[in-house]
Amino acid sequence: MQEAISFTPQLGPSAIAQLLWLIPAVPIVASGAIALLKQPKRRAAATLAIGSLAFSLLLALIAFAHVVTGWAHGEAIRETVDFTWIQFGSTNVDLGYVLDPLSAVMLVMVSFVGLLIFIYSIGYMAHDENYTRFFCFLSLFAGAMLGVVIANSILLLFIGWELVGLTSYLLIGFWYLKPSAAAAAKKAFLTTRVGDVFFLLGIVWLFGQTGTLLFYNGGAGSLESVALTGLLHQHAALGLTAAGAIGLLIFAGAAGKSGQFPLHVWLPDAMEGPTPVSALIHAATMVAAGVYLIARVYPLMQAGALTGGTTTALIVVTWVGAFTAVFAALIAVAQNDIKRILAYSTVSQLGYMMAGLGMGGVAVGMFHLITHAFFKALLFMGAGSAIHGCHEEQDVRRMGGLKSAMPATFMTYAIGMLALCGFPLFFSGFWSKDGILEAAQHFSLSKGPFYMLVFGALLTAFYMTRQVSYVFFGSYRGHGHAHESPKSMTVPLGILAFFAIALGAIGTPAWPWFRGFLESRAVSFELGGFNEPGLLALMGASTVVVLLGLGLGWWLYGDKSPAPEDADALEQALPLPWAWLHERLYVDEFYGVTVIAFYEWWARVADWLDRRVWGGVVAGVAWAFGLWAQLSRFLDTNVVDGSFDKGCEELSTGGGLLSRIQSGRVQTYLRLLALAVIALAAILIWSSRA
Amino acid sequence: MTPLTGYLLVAALLFAIGLAGALTRRNAILVLIGIELMLNAANLNLIAFWRYGPNPEALTGMMFAIFSIAVAAAEAAVGLGLVIQIHRHAHTTDLDAMNRMKG
Amino acid sequence: MSLVFYVIAGLSVAGALAAVLLKNTVHCALALTVAFAGLALLFLELDAQFAGFAQILIYIGAVAILVVFAILLTRGSETPKDTVYSRHWIVGLVTAAGIFAVLGWAVLHSTVALPRETTKPEVTVMDIGNALMGRYVLPLEIVALLLTAALIGAVIVAMHDKEGAQ
Repeated sequence: MQEAISFTPQLGPSAIAQLLWLIPAVPIVASGAIALLKQPKRRAAATLAIGSLAFSLLLALIAFAHVVTGWAHGEAIRETVDFTWIQFGSTNVDLGYVLDPLSAVMLVMVSFVGLLIFIYSIGYMAHDENYTRFFCFLSLFAGAMLGVVIANSILLLFIGWELVGLTSYLLIGFWYLKPSAAAAAKKAFLTTRVGDVFFLLGIVWLFGQTGTLLFYNGGAGSLESVALTGLLHQHAALGLTAAGAIGLLIFAGAAGKSGQFPLHVWLPDAMEGPTPVSALIHAATMVAAGVYLIARVYPLMQAGALTGGTTTALIVVTWVGAFTAVFAALIAVAQNDIKRILAYSTVSQLGYMMAGLGMGGVAVGMFHLITHAFFKALLFMGAGSAIHGCHEEQDVRRMGGLKSAMPATFMTYAIGMLALCGFPLFFSGFWSKDGILEAAQHFSLSKGPFYMLVFGALLTAFYMTRQVSYVFFGSYRGHGHAHESPKSMTVPLGILAFFAIALGAIGTPAWPWFRGFLESRAVSFELGGFNEPGLLALMGASTVVVLLGLGLGWWLYGDKSPAPEDADALEQALPLPWAWLHERLYVDEFYGVTVIAFYEWWARVADWLDRRVWGGVVAGVAWAFGLWAQLSRFLDTNVVDGSFDKGCEELSTGGGLLSRIQSGRVQTYLRLLALAVIALAAILIWSSRA
Repeated sequence: MTPLTGYLLVAALLFAIGLAGALTRRNAILVLIGIELMLNAANLNLIAFWRYGPNPEALTGMMFAIFSIAVAAAEAAVGLGLVIQIHRHAHTTDLDAMNRMKG
Repeated sequence: MSLVFYVIAGLSVAGALAAVLLKNTVHCALALTVAFAGLALLFLELDAQFAGFAQILIYIGAVAILVVFAILLTRGSETPKDTVYSRHWIVGLVTAAGIFAVLGWAVLHSTVALPRETTKPEVTVMDIGNALMGRYVLPLEIVALLLTAALIGAVIVAMHDKEGAQ
C-alpha cells in the first residue's frame, strides 16, 4: 500500500478542465441529431457519430496532456468544476466533473477504443437496415460512458451509469426480432438492476452521512479526510464501519456492471448483440465501469486500513475477484461459441482487475483495465471479422483454417490472444497480469488468491489456444468460402494490435510510468526495478504457467481439424467435468429454480390476492351500495311518489318550456356557464367603477 | 408590469385556452384535457398569489394548490373512467353524438 | 419580468394551444405533457419546489398517462375523417375569448397586483409536512377520503358489465 498522497491546491480549474463537460456532451448531442435522421441517411449518421467522438478524443488528449505536463512539473493535478443542480430549501444537489490522472487516462482509453470500434462498425454493420439507429445508440453510449468517467458527483456518475445500462439494453436487443436477443437484453437489464439497487442504497447512505454528493470539493467532498473520518466513527452492523458498509454496497453495484460472481450471468448472454457492441460495451468500456467505480471511490474502500493495509471491503473485493477469475475461466474452457468464450474470458479478466484493486491498489487494477480494454476489443473485433468472413457462423467447430483465408485477421488475433494469455516480455497483458500476481504474492492475509489467479492464468492460456486452434488452424469446416474483411475492419484491428503490444512498455517494473502517473510520483528508468526480491522468480513462474497452458492446448487441439459432430478432445478424456462446464456450472439453472421460481410463485400469490381478496372487497362494497339503492327505491315508489306525482305534473308543464335549453349536450351547458360568468364579472366590474 | 401581473395573465390565457378546448372539441377526452388545463391555470394563480402575497409563511396558497392537485387527480381518474364506460355503451366518444341527457 | 419567465410561459402556452388544436388525439396528449411541464417550471420559478415536483409527478406521471390510456382504450388515436371541432365551435371560441377579456381586464386593473417588495420565502419540505399534519390535517383527511371514494368509484364505473347488461 502506498502512503496517502498530498495534492497541491489549485487556483481554480484550468481552461481544459472547464471544457471537460464537452467530452460527453458532444456525442450525446450527436446521438440526438442522429435520432432525428431518416433511416436511409447512413453516411450522415456514421459521419456524425465518428466526428463527434473524434472531437471528444481530441479534447481528451488535450486534457491528458495537461495532466501529464502538470505531473512532469511536479504538480498533482486534480481540478474540479462543480455546480448546483437542484436546491431543496437548504439542501443542495450538486453535480460536477473532475480532471485528475485517473479520469484523464480513462477518457483517452474510452474515446480512443470507442472511435476505432465506431470505424469498424461502418464495415460490420454495412448490410444492416437499421444502421442509423445503431450509430444513434453507440453515440449515446459513448457519451454516457464518458460522463461516468468525468463525474465528480456520485449522482452524476449514477446518471451516466444508468444511461450506460440503458444503452447496453438497447444494443444487446438491437436485433429485437430475434427472441434470444430480446431475452438477453432483458436479462442484462434486470441482473445489473440487482446490483444497482445496492449501489443506490450506498449513494443514499453516503449522502445521508456526509451531506455531500461530490467526491472532491476542496476538503468538503465525500472522499476527503474529514468525511472519511466521520464515516469511520459510525458503526454499521456486523462490526463494519459505515465506510466499510457503504463500500460493500457500492461494490455490489460494481459487481453487477462488471459481471462478477454471482451477478455474471448476463454478460455471456449479452453476446447476442452485434459484435462491435460486444467489443465496445461488453469487453472494453462498460463492464470496466465497475472497476473504474471502485478505483474512483478507492479512498472510501481503503478508509480505516488496519495493519496489513487492508479493509473488510477490499478483502471482499479481492476474494470475489479471484473466485470469479477462476470460475469464469473454467467455464470458458468448455464453450463452443466464439463470442461466448471471449465473454467468459472477459468475466474472468474483470475478476483479475477486481483482485488487483483489492490487493494492489488503484494503479494495479487500472493498468490491467487499460491493457485489457485494448486487447479484448481487438479479440472481439477479430472474432467479429472471423464471423463475418465465415458467413455469420459463430460455432468454433464450424470454422477452421482461417490462417490462410484471413491473414490480417489471424495476425492481429494472434497478438491479442498472446496478450490475453500474458505471453512473456513483448505483450502488454504479461506486464499487467504480473502486476496483479505480484500484489497477490505480497497479500498478507492469505495465499489463496495468489494460487487461484495463477491457476486462472493457466486456464486462460489453455482455452485461448483451444479457440485459436479451432478457428485458425486445420482445415475449413464451414459452408461457402471464407473471405477477408474490408479495410474499415482490418485497419482498426492493426491499430489495436499495435497498442496490445506497446502498452506493456509503460508498466514494466523498470519504468512504472503508469503507476507513477496515477499516484502522482516521479518515476525514472532503472533496471534495478527487477531486483525486488521474488520478482524475477515470479516472472519465471508465470512464464512457465503460460507456456504450460499453451502447450497443453496445442497438444489437445492443435492443427487437428476434428469434424463438428465429434466429441471435444477434452470431453473424451473427462466426460463428466466437461458436461458441468459446458452447462456453465448450472448457475442459470440454479437461478431458474430459486430466484425466478420464487418470483413466479409470488406473482401467482399477488394475482390470487388481487382476484379473490381485493376483488371480493370491491364486489362487497358494490353489493352494499346495490342493497342501499334497492331500499331507497322501495321507499321512493311506495311512500314518496304518491303525493309527489301530483305536484310533478304541474311542474312538468312549466318545465317543458325550459327544456328547450336542456339539449342534453354537455358543451352547451358549459358554454352557458361560461357566458354567465362573463355576465357576472361584467356586472361586478361595472359596479366597482361606479 | 409586475411579476404577479405576468403570472396572472399567463394563468388567464391558459384558462381561456383550456375553456376554448373544452367548448370546441368533439372528443370527450379532449374536453377533459381542456378541463385539466383550466385546473392547472387556477393552480398557477394560487401559487403566484402565495409567492407575492402578504404572508407566504402561512403556506395558504401552496396548500390550496397541493389539495387542488390531489382533487384534480381524482377528477381525472373518474372522468376518464366515465369516458371509457360511455365508449363501451355508445361506441363513440363524440360529444355531438351524445344527447341522451336531454330532458 | 425575466427572460426565463417569458420562455417558460411561451412554452406552456404553446403546449396548451397545441393540446387543444392538434388533430391527432395522441399528439394532443403529448402536447399536454409539454404544457404541464411548462407549468411545473413556472412553479419552480415561483420558488414552490414542492408544488413543482408534485405537478411533474402527478400531472405528467399520472394524469397524462391516464389520458393516453383512455385514448388508446377508446380507439381515439385514429384521426377522424371529418372535422374534430363541434358544431357550435364558433360560439365556444367567442365565449372563451370573452372569459379571457374579463379576466385580463380584472388583472390589469386590480390593486393587488401593484409592485410590492417581496422576499423569497424559505419553505422547506419539512414546513409543508408540518403544515399538512398540523393546521391542515382536516382537509388532508377529507382529501384522503375523497381519493379513496374516487378510486373505488373509478373502478366501479370502468368495471366490465356482468352478462345480462347489453
